[in-house]
Amino acid sequence: MSKILLIAEHDGAVLNPSTAKTVACAAQIEGAEIDVVVLAESAAEVAAEAATLDSVNRVLTVENQANKHALAAVLAPQIVALAAGYSHVFGPSTTFGKDVMPHVAALLGVNQISDIMSVEGTHTFKRPIYAGNAVVTMEAPTDVPVVATVRIASYRAIGAGNSAAIESADISVELPTHTRFIELQVGSSDRPDLQTAARVISGGRALASVENFDLIYSLADKLGAGVGATRAAVDAGYVPNEMQVGQTGKIIAPDLYIAIGISGAIQHLTGIKDAGTIVAINKDEEAPIFEVADIGLVGDLFNVVPELTEALG
Amino acid sequence: MDKILVGLKRVVDYNVRVRVKSDGSGVETDGVKMSINPFDEIALEEALRIKEKGHATEVIVVSIGGSEAQQQLRTGLAMGADRAILIQTAESVDALSGARALLEIVNRENPGLVILGKQAIDDDNCQTGQMLAALWGQAQAAFASQLDLDGDKMRVVREVDNGLQTIEVDLPAVVTADLRLNEPRYVKLPDIMKAKKKPLDEIPLADLGIDACPQINISLFEPPAERQKGVMVDDVQGLIAALKDKGLV
Repeated sequence: MSKILLIAEHDGAVLNPSTAKTVACAAQIEGAEIDVVVLAESAAEVAAEAATLDSVNRVLTVENQANKHALAAVLAPQIVALAAGYSHVFGPSTTFGKDVMPHVAALLGVNQISDIMSVEGTHTFKRPIYAGNAVVTMEAPTDVPVVATVRIASYRAIGAGNSAAIESADISVELPTHTRFIELQVGSSDRPDLQTAARVISGGRALASVENFDLIYSLADKLGAGVGATRAAVDAGYVPNEMQVGQTGKIIAPDLYIAIGISGAIQHLTGIKDAGTIVAINKDEEAPIFEVADIGLVGDLFNVVPELTEALG
Repeated sequence: MDKILVGLKRVVDYNVRVRVKSDGSGVETDGVKMSINPFDEIALEEALRIKEKGHATEVIVVSIGGSEAQQQLRTGLAMGADRAILIQTAESVDALSGARALLEIVNRENPGLVILGKQAIDDDNCQTGQMLAALWGQAQAAFASQLDLDGDKMRVVREVDNGLQTIEVDLPAVVTADLRLNEPRYVKLPDIMKAKKKPLDEIPLADLGIDACPQINISLFEPPAERQKGVMVDDVQGLIAALKDKGLV
């Protein structure tokens, strides 16, 4: 049997969709018995949501004022205290999981597998390296816990028809005080979240200004889509950092991805290659984006995009 | 503070399209251009700026690898680092062993700040900085896009999935650099000449006395799944028809 401790990601009130995808991955491990842990200031709401996820055995709660904001160095020792007796400790490969899980792995004295994209056995997993230009099969030792993050774009959220038991976990560990939360500036957008949206429209450097990005927003609003961008567009200041899609930004898997004025650097393509359908609109017919696009249109975005938005009525 | 320690990893240049060897044993690296991991260059630039503002007296660059990694350390010295340390090994080093080796250097040098890149663009692991902070028992500020030093504390703005998070950490601490932290300087020819005279110490990894870590083995390298070749459409009407055909609009 594989006993899996899975770290829930949340904002104190709502479970992040990354958790249901991480559970979907963990559930593929043979004989998986999954306990989800919610570390929070007050965990009731989030724990209730986590308990609905299929394949979850138990939800453990750890309530502590120090857990009001997710600080890796504060959460990690608590996770380590809980990890005794588990064969696997899993978290999502989001900025939350990428921050805390390696800290946990080091405290446990083990290496970590980052970005699991498929489960091949209880200790064998596939993951991408080199911006997705290679996929490796990794075999973890069986005599120490497997600490891993899950590439959430590779998984669909598990169903929510469960009612798992919720238990308070009793741990006593000394927590560091060297790190203090100051503030979180959340991007103000009513549009669907990039990492869960069924449709995503992204713009590149060719948009050439903050104002021109309105073309992307208008089309996105017509389609009820989330909006993303390339690194170049973020670096140029056209859009905020949380919109970056690619190797070092967000890895996404919408049903429909429309790339506008994006040449298709490998670092960007690795963030979208799990999309259902990729549409590319670019005036350069040689742009590498057309090599991965399911539907390509060579044209000037400043003509094509308004026409498309209009035509979608 | 006295010293800032910066990690530099030698990786396949970011412009190279990496290919998997046909026997699945690794990726092609023969004759391929190698560079400093881009995130590590950003880490070094930040350390140099902190020193130039008078908040630090020495910037030390450290790398783990074979003697060929001297190249990247020399580039770091040309950018402005004061001295370099190469932790010598012919073997590939896993993340936890790398973090343990860095901790040994940290214990010898006692830096007030360690800055690493947020991830290496070869293995895309995104682990070493967090592991070092855990082993060192000091604060970690991963994915930093802004640092503001204030005595023995530092404010760090971090790029997170839903925006920008600001934290305050006590020093010493480990920072990992994200893309927007700064734009690294170009190396000038006279600086390359000067860098040749700067100290570069080599320490065999074996001499650091770190314990062996449980290894995760890579049993196979494969190329990624290819996407099917798509269709080109002539105009917006064609695009809408193709999307309708797939039931997407």
